[in-house]
Order: sequence, then structure tokens, then C-alpha cells
Amino acid sequence: MVLLLILVAILAPVLTSLFGHPTDELHTDQLDPNLGTPKGALGGISGNFLLGVDPVFGHDIFSRIVYGAQISLIVAFGAAMLAVIIGVLLGMAAGFLGGWVDTAISRTMDVLLAFPQLLFSIALVSVMPDKVFGFSGSSPRIFVLIFVIGFFGWPYIGRIVRGQTLSMREREFVEAARSLGAGRIYILLKELLPNLIAPILVYTTLMIPTNILNEAALSFLGVGVRPPTPSWGQMLSDAVTYFTIDPMYMVIPGLAIFITVLSFNLFGDGLRDALDPKGN
Amino acid sequence: MIIRNRALAAVAVVGAVALTASACGGSKGTGSSSDAAGKSSFNAAVTSIVNPSTKKGGTLQFWANQDVDSLDPTRSYYAFAWDLQRLYARTLLTYPSQPGTAGLQLTPDLASAMPTISNGGKTYTFKLRSGLKFSDGAALTSKDVKYGIERDFAQDVLPGGPVYLQQILDEGQKYPGPYKDTDPNKMGLKSVQTPDPQTIVFNLAAPNSDFEYYLAMGASTPVEQAKDTGANYQKAPLATGPYMIQSYTPNQAIKFVRNPNWDQSTDPVRKALPDAINVTITTNADDLDSRLLAGTADLDIGQVGVQTAAQAKILTNPQLKANTDDAPNGFIRYIAMDTKVAPFNNVHCRKAVEYAANPTDLQTARGGPTAGAIATNMLPPNILGHDNYDPYGLAAGKAQVDKAKQELALCGQPNGFSTTIAARNNKPKEVKTAEALQASLKAVGINLTIDQYDGAQSSSVIGAPSVVHKKGYGLMVFGWGADYPTASGFLSMLVDGRQILADGNNNLSEINDPQINSLIDKAAAETDPKAAAADYTQINHMVMDQALYLPVVYDQALNYRNPRLTNVVFLQALGMIDFASLGTSDGK
Repeated sequence: MVLLLILVAILAPVLTSLFGHPTDELHTDQLDPNLGTPKGALGGISGNFLLGVDPVFGHDIFSRIVYGAQISLIVAFGAAMLAVIIGVLLGMAAGFLGGWVDTAISRTMDVLLAFPQLLFSIALVSVMPDKVFGFSGSSPRIFVLIFVIGFFGWPYIGRIVRGQTLSMREREFVEAARSLGAGRIYILLKELLPNLIAPILVYTTLMIPTNILNEAALSFLGVGVRPPTPSWGQMLSDAVTYFTIDPMYMVIPGLAIFITVLSFNLFGDGLRDALDPKGN
Repeated sequence: MIIRNRALAAVAVVGAVALTASACGGSKGTGSSSDAAGKSSFNAAVTSIVNPSTKKGGTLQFWANQDVDSLDPTRSYYAFAWDLQRLYARTLLTYPSQPGTAGLQLTPDLASAMPTISNGGKTYTFKLRSGLKFSDGAALTSKDVKYGIERDFAQDVLPGGPVYLQQILDEGQKYPGPYKDTDPNKMGLKSVQTPDPQTIVFNLAAPNSDFEYYLAMGASTPVEQAKDTGANYQKAPLATGPYMIQSYTPNQAIKFVRNPNWDQSTDPVRKALPDAINVTITTNADDLDSRLLAGTADLDIGQVGVQTAAQAKILTNPQLKANTDDAPNGFIRYIAMDTKVAPFNNVHCRKAVEYAANPTDLQTARGGPTAGAIATNMLPPNILGHDNYDPYGLAAGKAQVDKAKQELALCGQPNGFSTTIAARNNKPKEVKTAEALQASLKAVGINLTIDQYDGAQSSSVIGAPSVVHKKGYGLMVFGWGADYPTASGFLSMLVDGRQILADGNNNLSEINDPQINSLIDKAAAETDPKAAAADYTQINHMVMDQALYLPVVYDQALNYRNPRLTNVVFLQALGMIDFASLGTSDGK
């Protein structure tokens, strides 16, 4: 399922050209001119429009869902990578070095965990200039989303890594390496890191669905990618207005989020079972 | 950033000179039907008086999903608050309770007749009716009228209302308002004289054909000096109209009862049919709509249209639809092209946008034909000077790719260009408008980036030319409504080159054309409103020929009226149902 989702996201342009219409193509002929909502039943689902069309413009929802998967997964993976890199580095440093380094890093993690992430994101996006490093349009928004979600996500993984490192640094194999004269860097990379791979992998997989939800929430609040780039959260927030007369428009992106989050959660659970013999 | 269809009813949206405009009777697209005058049918109140009656009694149940900005007429700028003022605050002149353009012609209210204009259009002399009283029983004299106007000057104590009278009557004397007036009787405003209790004389520095319209705003209503409590006056203002405020609980309810000191013989405008009027304020707009359709609420006094769900019910049910009006409310929606942002400094690039835009898609983005008719120029149909000028064939509702490409070639950008379009992030319809334009301009190679900025800051974002240049906003989505139904009140702020402000600018195109400027001056000096209107017709044509603005729609709002309401009139001057003429057929 997870592989299928990733394939869908990667193949979005192909799928769209085979089964859909360009995401920003208007199909106002599919709409009731007075209400602006789809003429056909179930939000205008038909052979031509597999998941129907959206109100006002008649965009093809199928294409927008498929392209929305791209945005969701890019942001979710990107943010997870960022969180893992920061979390593992700082978590290991805190656990291994101890002392004031540990105190400083742990307190930083506490502060970040208590930080109002949503409010910060909204503020950040509204002060962000239109062009960042020569990028304009939706791409800087994607970077901001990755940064915000990843930056506030690392303390979770950082704490786990720190705990694991703490418990392992006094273990015999580490002592053995140390007594053989191994340097700190060697111990960190060659002795500790391999033993941390399993929890990191599991936690990363479980972080992705949370990130997808975060991205949807931010897009829902209007600080996600810019229209007309499609995103699931944006579609949901759009759908609120038409909920009573065109419920399908809300159901479809809702289902997309639901299925994606559920499959990544199941995948993560399965991975944990496979990698952690004690859990069985 | 919460999505909502129902924007604030407010005028305040547009900035200092905001809205409350007018409305237009039979513009095309409204499908007005005026069979047997008086019968309830779709848009009947726009062209006729629905359910005419003189039956007194009953209580009107008004609902609103937003409180008034202030009950003190001096401090109010919400369109529906101005309409409510017709119940309790009389002015020298007012709009008659008449459908169609008859409702745009001012009529004497406190004044016994239209003013005598002398001294080359600079002196206005009004005689008051006799027997006028405040709701506390005190006689109403010309000094009270003058005092009420003096209060407009005290912007430090009483901010928020229109300042036209302050601007035109100050004439360099820097009058600080009555609270800081050094005159012991607080009658220090020299440009207004009260030779006797029935006479008031205004001396202007220069003729101004809009002056009478300023006097029809609630901000000129008389106030009894002994009862003025300054900033607290809004809690319980005295009444001069047929109703007075019995109680006011902010954000909950306003209750009006009959004013025992109002005399029908002094008031030719108001019928005063109901015994009481309750305004209930809710925050749940969908609940309000359900109450309207169930008949337990008489009118949504916000008058900005029902929500999507109720609209779907109404449009699919002819019986419900017969109880609605969907008429232009005097607002125009447009996309401004900034002549100071390349490549829009070239008229051909601007024309390319006019041709490449798909007017039907833009209309759809605003909510379809129910929400507004396609606009072809910058003067709404209810304003004197409007015509059907349509140099770019917008009325046909189709993008004209070939013509757009020709213009692009003339502009030296045959393959198109990229620019940014700014839209307020708290106005979903404006964001959709930008998306629709983005989609149609793509066909000719013009690529738009949509920038959604904080809508609450619009006066310091798109209203600040330096910010606009820095952000490179070539296009800006915005809307405009006039405070009173003349072309000068409507169009001059948008195209007068001397009105380009560093902050709170409304001339978004930054056009400073000597020909347009001199025509604006010529129109202001006209004594005949028809001549002024002709000047503005010409200005409007020049604005369109230079492609400074891409007009989108003349706004309409689908509003429901309870079938039990009598004497329902759509007042063009305010762009909504007249609250002061209504009665109930069942006496409840």
C-alpha cells in the first residue's frame, strides 16, 4: 500500500494524462451555473472525471488528489529526513557526551516541544518574502513546510536517540572499544549508530503519517502551498463552504489523507515488529 | 483565515471612503420580473413596492450575524447600520422609500424643502420643519443640527464615521470639535450659521455638487448638546425618528420601540408601521438562514446574501425564490493593473490582459451570476454616468486569445511574461478570482504567481505603492463601493492622479493622467449633476481605453425576505431593503 502510494505520487503526471485532466484546467460546463457545484451525482463522478470535479471551477479532483499526494509525500519525507538528521545528531551528542551538553540539548528539546508550532508557522509564512533564494511560487512554501514540520519534529526522535545512547554507552562493547583506544567519533559512528538504526527507522516511518497530517493542517489554515498547486488540506478547507450541498468534495481528500496515514502507520508497526525481536 | 462566504457587511472593508452604495434596478442578468406590482416575486422589491400596506402593529424580527459598528450615527460606517439609522436618526435630507432610480433622488426630511442655493453654488440655506422634537421631548432647532455636524470634527473622541462634512466645512479653520470648542455655547464652527431656530446656512469654499449627499448621511443627524455624552453617546443615542432605542446589549440584541415624541405630520418619508423592532445578533449564519426560511426571522439585516446551503435551497425552489431579491448592491469587483510595475507601464500589455481574461470564469470565481453580473466598465449601473461601454468585448464572456496575442506583440512581449497577482487571504472569492485569471492568462503565455497577503493589512500592502513596487504586484484584486450614489464619489478616488497616497492608496493603477485629472476638476465644478455625470462617462471611457482596471462583476447579493413583510422596497442608495418602510401583514 505504501509502495502504491509512493508510485502514485511519482507517476502523477502519467496518471493524470492517462485518466484525468490537467489540475488547473477549468471545466465549468460540469457545474450547475447557479450554484457553482457539480451537476452530476456524487460530486460529478463520471467516466471522464473519476473522482468528480470541484465546485466553482470544475477542476478534476482525481488529478488534484494525485498531485496532492506528491506534495504531501514530499513534505512528509522531507520533514522526516530533516527531523531525523537533527534528532540523531543532537540526540547522540546529548546522550554520549552528557554533562552541560546534555543539559543544553535536553532543555532545548523541552522548549521546542512546548513551542506553539501552528502559530509559529502561520507567523513565519506571513512574513516570508515572495522570493527566497531565487525561488518563487509554491517551491519556497514547500521548503518552509518541510522546515517548520521537521524543525519541530526532531525533539521527539532526539529524545529516543538520547535515551538509547545513554543506555548503551556504558555497555561492554562500548567499553571494549574505548579500552582498545577508539576515538569518540569512531565509537559514535561504528559502535553506537548501527545499534540505533532499528529504532530510528521505525520512528521515522511512524513520523511520516504525523507529518502528512501536519501538512494538511497547515494547508487547511491557508499557510501551505499556494493555489493553484493542489494539496489535500487546501481542498478540505475549500470543501467546508460546500459541505452541505457537495459533501463528496470533502469526503475524497479526507479519504486520501485517511488511507495514507493508516497505511504508513500499519507499515511502521509492521516494521517495528520485524526489527524488534523482543516485541514478538 | 477561516473560510467564510459572508464577508463583513462593512464599508470599513474598503478603507476610509468605503461603501454603502447603491444598487441598480433592472440591470441585465438580474432577470427582474415586475408583473402585477406589489406581488411577491423574485426581485419584485427592486422594481416595485412588495405587499403595499398601511396596516400598523406587530414586531419586526430582524436578525444579523454581526453587531453594528456603532449606534452613534457619527461613528458608524457599516452599510446596514446606516440603514438602521433610518429608524431613529433623521437628517436634513434623505433618500425616499422608493424602488428604482426614484430612490436615489434626495428628498427633504428634517428640512421643510430642498435648500436654497445661492452665492454661485457656495451657500446652502435650509428651513427646518416646525414641531420637530427629540425623543426626550426637547424641541429640535437648527443649533442641534449644527451641533450634530460639529461632532463629526471630534475624530479624537468619535472616530469611525464618514468625514466628508469635516473635510468640506473646515475651510482652514482647524475646528477641533465641540469638546475642545472655545466658544461658550459650543457653536464655534464658522462655516455653519444658525440665524434663527428654524434656519441653518452652510457656506462652502467652493461649489460641490455632492454636498447634499453628505447631508443625507446619518453623521449629520442633530444631537442635543445637553444630552451628548461623547464617546458614550453610542450606548443610548436620542432618537429623532419614529423609533427609539429601548435597550442595546452589544453583540446580542437591539430593541426599538415607538418614539412618543415623533409626529407623523412632520415626516413624509417614514410610515412607522410596526410597534417594535427587535434586532437579534447571532454568530451562526447558517442558523440565521434556517430561521429566515422557517419564517421566524423577518430579514437578515446584514443584507450580504444567504449562505451557500440556503442559496441551494432557494434557487431550486420557485416558491422560496419568489421571496428573494438579487440586485446589484453598488459594489464593483476588479483587478487593478499597476502602471508603475513593468510590463504594465505599456498599455498594450494591459490590453493583453483585458483580452486574455475569461469574464465568465472570473464571474464563476465570484460565485456565478447570482453573485454578480459581468462588469464591462468601472461605473456600476446605478450611478449616474454609467453606460454599457465595453471596448474589450467583456460582455461576450469569452477569452479572446488572438487579440491578446496581437497586443502582446505590440507590447514587445510576444511570448508573454511573468508577474505577481495580489489577493487578500481573508477573501476566498478574491483568491479564486486570481486563480481564474491565472488559468486564462496562461493560454497566452502570461504566467501569474498568486500572492495571498494578510487582508486586514490591505491599506499598508497594496495601499502602499512602495510596498507594491517592492513586491512586484502587477495585478491586484480588489473591490469598491461608494458611500453615496454619484460618479464623483465612486470613481475619482480610483483614478485621480493627485490621490496617490503613500499609505491607504486607492488609486491602485497609479495613473496620473492630466486629462483625467482636469476632467475630474471640471466635473466637481459643475452645478448640474447631469453635466457632472457626462464628464464621468468620459472619464470612465478614458480609464477603460487605457486598460487601467479589468472590471470583474457588479456585486449582487441574494437576500430572503419573510413573506409576511409589507411595504418591502429595495433602496438603491443603500443597496439593500429599506428597513424604515417595513410592516407586518399579520400584526404580530
